[in-house]
Amino acid sequence: MAIVFEKTKGLTDKPTHYCPGCTHGIIHRLVAEVMEEMDLLDNAIGVAPVGCSVLAYEYFNVDMHEAAHGRAPAVATGIKRVHPENFVFTYQGDGDLASIGTAEIVHAAHRGEKFTTIFVNNAIYGMTGGQMAPTTLIGQKTTTSPYGRDEATTGKPIKMSELLATIDGAAFVERVAVNNPANIRKAKKAIKEAFKVQLEGKGFGIVEVLSTCPTNWGLTPVEAMKWLEKDMMPYYPLGNFRKPEEVE
Amino acid sequence: MAKVKGRTTFEEDLCKGCGLCVTVCPVNIISLDTARINKKGYHPAAIEEMNKCIACTNCATICPDVVITVERL
Repeated sequence: MAIVFEKTKGLTDKPTHYCPGCTHGIIHRLVAEVMEEMDLLDNAIGVAPVGCSVLAYEYFNVDMHEAAHGRAPAVATGIKRVHPENFVFTYQGDGDLASIGTAEIVHAAHRGEKFTTIFVNNAIYGMTGGQMAPTTLIGQKTTTSPYGRDEATTGKPIKMSELLATIDGAAFVERVAVNNPANIRKAKKAIKEAFKVQLEGKGFGIVEVLSTCPTNWGLTPVEAMKWLEKDMMPYYPLGNFRKPEEVE
Repeated sequence: MAKVKGRTTFEEDLCKGCGLCVTVCPVNIISLDTARINKKGYHPAAIEEMNKCIACTNCATICPDVVITVERL
């Protein structure tokens, strides 16, 4: 008799405040599992964002720091430069990274800062009540786009992975999803590769994770996973956009 | 080769009843137990026919609240 799946030591025992079916819990677990498997729990410093995952420092069983909205890459830059021997990651949502924090993420990537970003994209502002985000899909109804997002006035959803992949300092850029067990396992693999890139000192790494927000999308958790697959994945294609040649 | 058998345990009071595990079980043995309400006020996920479990870990992989532990017997 062998245990084939149990809770990772990379997470604390505190139950999360996330809504039922929110995929933040899955992504937290993947990050924590990878850190445990790579023996980074005593060495890691995480930077939590503003957004639903603002309390991430309560859930990751590693040293954590909180940053102002969107500024996690700037805070992580400081931490990594002062503690180059430590493993540093930021955990940010789309309202945080793709809107108010665009300058910080673009320039952190541009400078080739040697930390890793986990970018959770669920196409909406969750914590503040479901407002339109830069990543909201055309036609998607939110509290600030009640008739659906209009391309003529708000443009198209921003594709952060494609944007960052044009920057030479970004060593690793990949988009994954957590809509089913197969994709969740692939997401974990991508996070591991991105972490390896940092440990080998190759530069900035980011993993964009397509995620759900059942509460603000107005769907059940199961319907939200289907919406992610049917509506989000065609616009935000999964795959690797950039990686160092030696990383397998 | 004998079929792999598993045992899946749920930390019931942490379950938020989202039902994602129900949809990914290849042998369809997980359901939300509507006869019970846990500490959080949700119908927790549960398995009645545990002898059908194949220890695939799909349910634990998708559970957002890390409620599930899987053993291979």
